[in-house]
Amino acid sequence: MAIYLIVALDVLNGISSLFLLCLGLAIIFGMMKIINLAHGEFIMLGAYATVISANAGVNIWIAMLVVAPLFVGLVGLVIERCLIRFLYGRLVDSMLATWGLSLLIIGIVTTIYGNTQQGVPTPLGGFSIGSYQSSYYTLFLAGMAVVMMAVVYGVMSYTRFGLIARATMQNPAMAATLGVNPARVYMSTFAVGAAITGLAGGLLAPVSGITPGMGGAYVAKAFMTVVGGGAAILSGTMSAASLFGAVNQVGAFFTTPVYGEVLVFTAAIVLIRLLPQGISGRFFKGNL
Amino acid sequence: MTVRFRLAAQAVAVVIAIIAIALIPSVIELFAMMQLTLFAAMAVLALSLAFIWGYGGILSFGQTAFFGLGGYAYAISAINFQDSTPSILLAIIIPSLFAAILGYFIFFGRISDVYLGVITLTVTLILFNCVNSTSGDEYRIGKALLGGFNGMPAVPTFNVPFYPDQILSPEQSWWVTGGTLLGTFLFLRLLLSLPAGRVIVAVRENEVRASLLGYDPRKVKLLTFILSGAIAGLAGALYVNWGAFVGPTIFSLSLSAEIIIWITVGGLGTLLGPIVGCVLIEYIVAYIGSQQALNSNLVLGAVLVVFVLLLPKGLVPTARDLLMRLVPAPKPKAQLADEQLPPPVAASHMAGAE
Repeated sequence: MAIYLIVALDVLNGISSLFLLCLGLAIIFGMMKIINLAHGEFIMLGAYATVISANAGVNIWIAMLVVAPLFVGLVGLVIERCLIRFLYGRLVDSMLATWGLSLLIIGIVTTIYGNTQQGVPTPLGGFSIGSYQSSYYTLFLAGMAVVMMAVVYGVMSYTRFGLIARATMQNPAMAATLGVNPARVYMSTFAVGAAITGLAGGLLAPVSGITPGMGGAYVAKAFMTVVGGGAAILSGTMSAASLFGAVNQVGAFFTTPVYGEVLVFTAAIVLIRLLPQGISGRFFKGNL
Repeated sequence: MTVRFRLAAQAVAVVIAIIAIALIPSVIELFAMMQLTLFAAMAVLALSLAFIWGYGGILSFGQTAFFGLGGYAYAISAINFQDSTPSILLAIIIPSLFAAILGYFIFFGRISDVYLGVITLTVTLILFNCVNSTSGDEYRIGKALLGGFNGMPAVPTFNVPFYPDQILSPEQSWWVTGGTLLGTFLFLRLLLSLPAGRVIVAVRENEVRASLLGYDPRKVKLLTFILSGAIAGLAGALYVNWGAFVGPTIFSLSLSAEIIIWITVGGLGTLLGPIVGCVLIEYIVAYIGSQQALNSNLVLGAVLVVFVLLLPKGLVPTARDLLMRLVPAPKPKAQLADEQLPPPVAASHMAGAE
């Protein structure tokens, strides 16, 4: 019995961390049709911001929930102004430029902090189910995923900013004639997407090894989840994250973690072959 | 007149290239020649992506899948047969078969642009993960131990065809690698000037129009993909021959990224550009590696960003445009359309990719 509970917790953990990791990329892709291949490096920057400020004496919760998103959001703002804004509507170029950007960020961080692993201790304690151990942090991550989902849904559905953002997403030209400045909407959306990604990096900092190259492990997964999810930001990402997260953890439970990953990749390929518009292109049309 | 002049110029260039390849071992030191051998092997890989991306309009993020498969196919069969002749053939055949299966899946499912990128990327990651976890004695094919993340050391290098005892010297290895590069280049150039090559470019330009003219874009793309996989596999064999080693990092994402950087820097839609870009970037990376002052990721990333923003056409087309401006063209460009690939091609390629 206990083992099923543990596997269920693992699945929950897989889904919630994947959702958190992908949300920022999904917002940027869904809004602007820009694939940000420097996404993994935004995660890495969030994790570094958390670790460095926590080691400098900042409270770990503040480092995670405030410092990381603020810092990465600012970085995103600068990057949007200097680079991304020249590339709207040029999908392939935007992929190439952000790929270059990702190498650049890895290079900068390696030059400053060296190619060594950093880390912070996991806050909150552990608890045991039968003879198995788990940590409260897993539950906290799941809670954060729910909170983020609610916040994004609330902002997009009920605020003026959300309305403008959705309008620009649907038809930038029409929004512009109604007095909205699409360039500014894009700028702020990119910064918000980056900030959410930074938050994800901060949240995952205590449970992952932090190196300058850590982003590479996430970018392919995030890329595949967002594309598999399709155009709808929330429902698409959530459904794809649930599918892939569950496949990963269950596969890892029955075989090895490596084959769990392989199973996810295979699932992604089959999914894209069957539903070329992503899950939300088929089942949640027009949803957020 | 112009056409004849161009043919003559190309023939002269080929002769010069042959002489250069033949003479290099007697001119430069062994170390530099070994480095050039590596660059030539990588340039063959660059050509394989330059072909499908620049002419077929298919941006594959997973060209290293075929490169790695070629490398492993060569290594495994060379260890088993102790003869490189069938191994090189296998290094071409196995990646082509894999490309055929994957390409059938992709193109007959009408998957394109971002989705194609995701699939090729994930396939590469699957291969990386699988090969990476094959450490242990139970993972062996014949006499060849796969070795997991440690890779396979001491792979037999090329020998004279059908004479397993006569291993090629470094000079002969260079001649083979440089000759393969030149041969691949000429083969692709020839193919692109034949009707078959025109069809490939036509499909890139406009799939609907090409299919209305009676060509099946899916089949054309599939064949392009298979050919490019075969070339990448051959490059893998050349690479393993250079280092006598193959490891799972051959499938890595960073190498996939590097190929794309070579082409962006050298010039998309040309065959010469990617070779130039490859040699240039690899030289810079090797130079940085020996200096330790700057991080190679930093420089590569900066180069890629600068090129995408400021010089999106790449070095070779830009240089050619400058040359054409210096030398007043006697004839309108229509005659030279094939060699020159004017800017609209790049623009429409981007539009087609969306």
